[in-house]
Amino acid sequence: MNTARISFAKSALSLGLVAIIGTTLLSGVDRVTAERIAQQERRVVLQQLGQIIPPDRYDNALQDDLFTFTDETWFPQGQQVVAYRARRNGQPVAVILRFAAVDGYSGPIDLLAGIEADGRLAGVRVITHRETPGLGDAIEAGKSDWIRSFDGKSLGMPPAAEWGVRRDGGAFDQFTGATITPRAVIKAVRLALEYHERHGDLLYSSEVTPQEAAP
Amino acid sequence: MNARQIFIDGLWRQNTGLVILLGLCPLLAVTGTAVNGIGLGLATTLTLVCSNFAVSLSRRLLRPEIRIPAYVLIIASVVTTIQLLMQAWFHDLYRVLGIFIPLIVTNCAIIGRAEAFASRNPPLSSALDGFATGLGFCLTLVALGAFRELVGHGTLFSQAELLFGEIGRSLQITVIPDHPGFLLAILPPGAFIALGLLIAGRNWAISRLSRRPQPEVQPVAERAS
Repeated sequence: MNTARISFAKSALSLGLVAIIGTTLLSGVDRVTAERIAQQERRVVLQQLGQIIPPDRYDNALQDDLFTFTDETWFPQGQQVVAYRARRNGQPVAVILRFAAVDGYSGPIDLLAGIEADGRLAGVRVITHRETPGLGDAIEAGKSDWIRSFDGKSLGMPPAAEWGVRRDGGAFDQFTGATITPRAVIKAVRLALEYHERHGDLLYSSEVTPQEAAP
Repeated sequence: MNARQIFIDGLWRQNTGLVILLGLCPLLAVTGTAVNGIGLGLATTLTLVCSNFAVSLSRRLLRPEIRIPAYVLIIASVVTTIQLLMQAWFHDLYRVLGIFIPLIVTNCAIIGRAEAFASRNPPLSSALDGFATGLGFCLTLVALGAFRELVGHGTLFSQAELLFGEIGRSLQITVIPDHPGFLLAILPPGAFIALGLLIAGRNWAISRLSRRPQPEVQPVAERAS
């Protein structure tokens, strides 16, 4: 009886020891890498934003001048939209919205869309998606030029009725074998433009959301 | 067991991906391109070396009844460490392989080596065994990735800049220009088919070798499980 108890205690102790060593190692590594990981994540965001609005067009800290909001009408399924505001001498230049196209072929497609102060699109980029490789993934800027066809477009140009793929009588190309993906992206971008038209002032004037709430 | 035998086992006779058939989840999931294969293969190799070494060090301390939870703790700590380091220094590759790195914890090849080898052998040869097993797994991943990339995209080593920085960009080889893309190879079924072909190829090679007059008998692979 007593020997069994001692053997239990030994087992528990040695397992506890392994856990303590592991935890110590991890907290040490976390301390060493945390700052660099945060830097890397900032670099990735800045790089993505820079693809849409080149850094020489604004003079504020674009990455920190952000606020987040939700609006079920234009950005459905309760998504958190992030708005980065680019300003020069305090004047609005453009806003970059981070939102998702909710009706992709396999799950939401995360998008960044830059909208100039006058309502034209500065550019659209796909951040993450799970569309079919080889078919739907032509929405990536690295795979085809399709996503660049948004550059310079606005709500009036093409007219509202032509904000769709050619198969639906719209002005945008679809891909061979994949219509759902471009359709979803076009719809989401159009909704973002409509939001900008209605609430553009709000996008520039809203208070900066505290950083810990943002990614 | 000497170093030569350990290497022959890890690379060929008991290759994790082709003979033992452990760790198939990451093997099949990430091998869309050769570079992804190298990335996950290296991460797995590093995990195997560290976890085998740590398990071997603690083999006298751990009683048999708690060895499995202890292995899981050790492997999870090693993998999380590698994940953090990768996030800090190979961030772009991490964004591609992201979700598969934590999954290395569940790669049964790693706990398999801990149980079958590291728990019975001294630390150095255990680390060597981890290296050989990892290298074998890595080569299988690269072969599978290269095959699928070649058939699916007509290129080799595309996106190598994720791993090697800007110099990597020049590593990309376009083998078949204007390749229309062969979707089946890139999608999950392509992974199963390609793995099947690789295993068949290995078996074919063995049968060719054994048909030649050989004085020694082909050794039978002993399973880890």
